[in-house]
Amino acid sequence: MSNGDRSFDLIVVGAGPAGIAAACSAAESGIHAAIVDNSPGPGGQIWRGESRTQNSREAASWYKRLITSGVDILTATEVFDQREAGKISAESANNLCQLSYKKLIICTGARERFLPFPGWTLPNVIGAGGLQALVKSGLAVSGQKIVIAGSGPLLLAVAAYLTEHGADVRVIGEQAPWSRLARFSFSLVFQGRKVLQSFQLRRQLSGISYRAGCWVVEAEGNGRIESVTLRSGAKTWKEPCDYLACGFHLVPNTELAALLGCERRAGFVRVNNFQESSIAGIYCAGEPAGIGGLELSLVEGQIAGYAAAGQREKAQKYFGERRRLRRFADALQRTFALRNELSTLPGSETIVCRCEDVSFGRLREYSSWRAAKLQTRCGMGPCQGRICGPAVEFLFGWKTEFVRPPIFPVAAEMLAGGTGAERN
Amino acid sequence: MSKTVSVAVNGSRVTVTEGTTALAAILMNGRTFVRRSVMGEPRGALCGMGVCFECRATINGKRHSRSCMILCGQEMDIRTDE
Repeated sequence: MSNGDRSFDLIVVGAGPAGIAAACSAAESGIHAAIVDNSPGPGGQIWRGESRTQNSREAASWYKRLITSGVDILTATEVFDQREAGKISAESANNLCQLSYKKLIICTGARERFLPFPGWTLPNVIGAGGLQALVKSGLAVSGQKIVIAGSGPLLLAVAAYLTEHGADVRVIGEQAPWSRLARFSFSLVFQGRKVLQSFQLRRQLSGISYRAGCWVVEAEGNGRIESVTLRSGAKTWKEPCDYLACGFHLVPNTELAALLGCERRAGFVRVNNFQESSIAGIYCAGEPAGIGGLELSLVEGQIAGYAAAGQREKAQKYFGERRRLRRFADALQRTFALRNELSTLPGSETIVCRCEDVSFGRLREYSSWRAAKLQTRCGMGPCQGRICGPAVEFLFGWKTEFVRPPIFPVAAEMLAGGTGAERN
Repeated sequence: MSKTVSVAVNGSRVTVTEGTTALAAILMNGRTFVRRSVMGEPRGALCGMGVCFECRATINGKRHSRSCMILCGQEMDIRTDE
């Protein structure tokens, strides 16, 4: 059952900032492009819902460009396999479709890194970006007591956003120490726009306690979180809350790139100056090529889009800006490196794999991800190790990257054609 | 004034503004969890972006739907583990 099989010169997978910039740049160069995303609308995480709310002028102008550029926008469409070169399989609502391409740009973004600690599976313990996404999609948090903890610049953005929506943000706990944050702030001086953003953030966050070198030890509650135990230096204390928004910076979504066989280095998709991967005609832009945030994603997206459309001179114009933004990205990675204490948080009973309920104590008995998977089913549930994989990499140093189709669970009847099975 | 849509969460009527996800509708209905884990623990959403599968619910009869990825439609039937 294959409805709606279609062909394009270019398919962009992922409709966040990188994907939108890539699709616009390519389509404006005159090629027939489609952009595919699993969400109900374009925008990715950072511009989620912006097509409705239009809070960001930058997002609004890119949306306008996307619409006028004539790109085919396929939303609520999940790419899950490629059964032959140049043809990806996707599921939308109740349809399976084959989408053919001459060139492909992978802009699959990033997800939050989650680390297990006692109580992290309690309802209302949620990602920092996760809670922001929920509020953007309709959840009211007015008057709710929220503790934000983990690591990365996202914590501040989320705190500002939640405060703006009436939440009572009690404390922001950043695991990185002041000494590293101070060096990072110094490097901000060379980033005009980023400095402006951080000043705006400071104003929005006035009155909220921001603690560096502070992390979650445990979440407590009966049926849902009621309080969280935080540690900072020698001090440990309990903070009552309705939500704990907790994420440890970002990990790239490289599953599609891995499925297609693109080379990776240190977890990221390896690309050349034109954002082209090790496979000719397959490009990658934004977070999967290196965590760098919105501006870098837009720049890389444009480079990839122009390059894929054969407009190499236009692409080259962005090289300088990309170099500058990548320096910022490198500083980010150094600043928010995880402290070792975080690996001592889970107890024997703490769940690590949430899909299969595999505890830290059970995993500790094995010496590799492969052995643990075979014996415990860790990482074999519907998330396919997207959540527990980065956690066990940090906890045990296991290398977890392993991809097989379908890269997202697909209804069994969709696979009646034999996807995946014929390879087993 | 934003448009609203009316959905049923485990049989009770919830009215939400257009653009609200099924997950937000579940939580707005006062429910604290979405599903039960394989060992029976209550679980709520974690990632909010379609990666973790903790927000799986039965939506219009389709089991294991990621409720964070689906916008509420008029008369949508949303069912969580109870």
